[in-house]
Amino acid sequence: MSCLQTIQDYGLRSIGIGERLLPRENFTLCEHFTLIGSGMIWNIYFAVVALLTGFVFATALAVAKGSANPWARKPAEWFIFLFRGSPLFIQFFFAYFLFLNLKGSFPFFDPFTAAWAGALIVLFLNTSAYSGEIFYGALRSIPKGDTDAANAYGMSGWPRFRRIIWPTMLRLAWPAYTNEAIFLFHATTLVYFSSFPAWQQKGDALYYANYFADKTFNPFIPYPILAMYFVIFTLVIITLFGAINKRLNRHLPEENRAKLRIRPNLIR
Amino acid sequence: MFEYCTDPGTLSQFRWFSCFLTTGVHMSFYISFFKVLALLAITAPIALSFGFFGAMAARSPFLPLSWLGRGYIANVRGIPDIAFFLFFVIALDQAFEWARHKIKCPDWDQPIRQGADFIVCKAAKLPLGTSPEWMHESYGFFLATITFALVFGAFAASVLYGGMRAVPHAQIETAEAYGMSPRQTFWRIIVPQMWVYALPGLSNLWMVLIKATPLLFLLGIEDIVYWARELGGTKTSKFTAYPHGDWRMWYFLFLLVFYLAFTRLSEVVLEKLMTRLTHGQATSGGEAQRKATV
Repeated sequence: MSCLQTIQDYGLRSIGIGERLLPRENFTLCEHFTLIGSGMIWNIYFAVVALLTGFVFATALAVAKGSANPWARKPAEWFIFLFRGSPLFIQFFFAYFLFLNLKGSFPFFDPFTAAWAGALIVLFLNTSAYSGEIFYGALRSIPKGDTDAANAYGMSGWPRFRRIIWPTMLRLAWPAYTNEAIFLFHATTLVYFSSFPAWQQKGDALYYANYFADKTFNPFIPYPILAMYFVIFTLVIITLFGAINKRLNRHLPEENRAKLRIRPNLIR
Repeated sequence: MFEYCTDPGTLSQFRWFSCFLTTGVHMSFYISFFKVLALLAITAPIALSFGFFGAMAARSPFLPLSWLGRGYIANVRGIPDIAFFLFFVIALDQAFEWARHKIKCPDWDQPIRQGADFIVCKAAKLPLGTSPEWMHESYGFFLATITFALVFGAFAASVLYGGMRAVPHAQIETAEAYGMSPRQTFWRIIVPQMWVYALPGLSNLWMVLIKATPLLFLLGIEDIVYWARELGGTKTSKFTAYPHGDWRMWYFLFLLVFYLAFTRLSEVVLEKLMTRLTHGQATSGGEAQRKATV
């Protein structure tokens, strides 16, 4: 079987298009690359959707945590502590069984026991909490001069937030937020290892890498391939976020610009 | 556990729970919490020493050693750690068995990798097929510890490397002016002072280490996640004296609370430690302490 044929059969296997049966023996390198690459679709889906939605919620959380009103501050503080203080792995488990229980009483929760919705919600809440904390930190270190200047121009409320505080917050938070994005991208690999079932063997990249390692007892091929894919996409994230960072800092003189510092990723 | 537990079907709710939560399997569940704590207690110092040697190697003027240290630090970037965990456990296991195979069975003529199988001679199996159950469990635990130490050692190395570089340059110059050798400068000036710069990173690492412990489950250890899944699952009266529905949600809620409490406690303790270490340091924190006492 040629490699092109393999790509046609398994290129979209992770979303259920193509050959149904996974290869069982005589695995070729091409099959390794194709299937693990196909699983990356899920990692990218989880990362992109969770980051985009989480970004909005994180902004709200940061503002709430920075607010003087305890009715807004306390819930935000608790929310952030809850999701930052416990392992994501346990959160996945808990959410899965919670949705499983709820499904019994309300059919509405049916899709949430599948990874595409259930795990996505957990990732969304989790990244919101982590980025909310980053944004909150940035919110507190906005130079006093900036807000003073905004006040002097007669800005207040929404225009001041929209035009002064929010852009400055983003600018200050961006290097840390880039790390968070990479972090979340790597965390997507936990999804199929934490109860969420890979229905009809439609799993993410690690799921397939693990499948190969289990079948061949040889970890030295699938995991480096997986690592290669992740390094490539991590570089894509760094490039993308670097471009945004450049735009956020475009009004500043060269030496005052914040550099992206990519720190080693950690488990959450 | 209690005398009235002989016939659970007739008990009142409170007594039923007191019996249910003290059954033998629940005791295993409680013991698995100690497994997690033991893993933390063993891994943290080992990872710290790995990190220390990694950072020392990275600073070395001898180039190959420096590359080795830098390579060790750099290889954990960009790759999801869970992949490392899954990879290292199999790879280490096979490496050990392969080494033993080479030593114990030199006259073995078949290839070790036969298609999909990894075959070593019986005497090289780890643990030996004849050894008792607890040997198998502790071998798994041992592999998990090494894997954790290797991965977290790399993180610790990068934190300590940063800490060593953050020691004010004037301090090192002064040491040189006093005629200290590089070795003396390192041990007497840099090492005592670097901790205050490394501690924020290290405490972050400790939090992450706590939150990484559920991954033990993926390494095949019977840890708290394993038991929570086992115990919480639906039980019918056919197999147990304590039938119940699907309670896994509550077991995981309990784990969630356990971790939250543990991280909170660590936060408080590390805050105390930071206050102690900042004492008398030439940092803004140390300066603030000095001003407060004057």
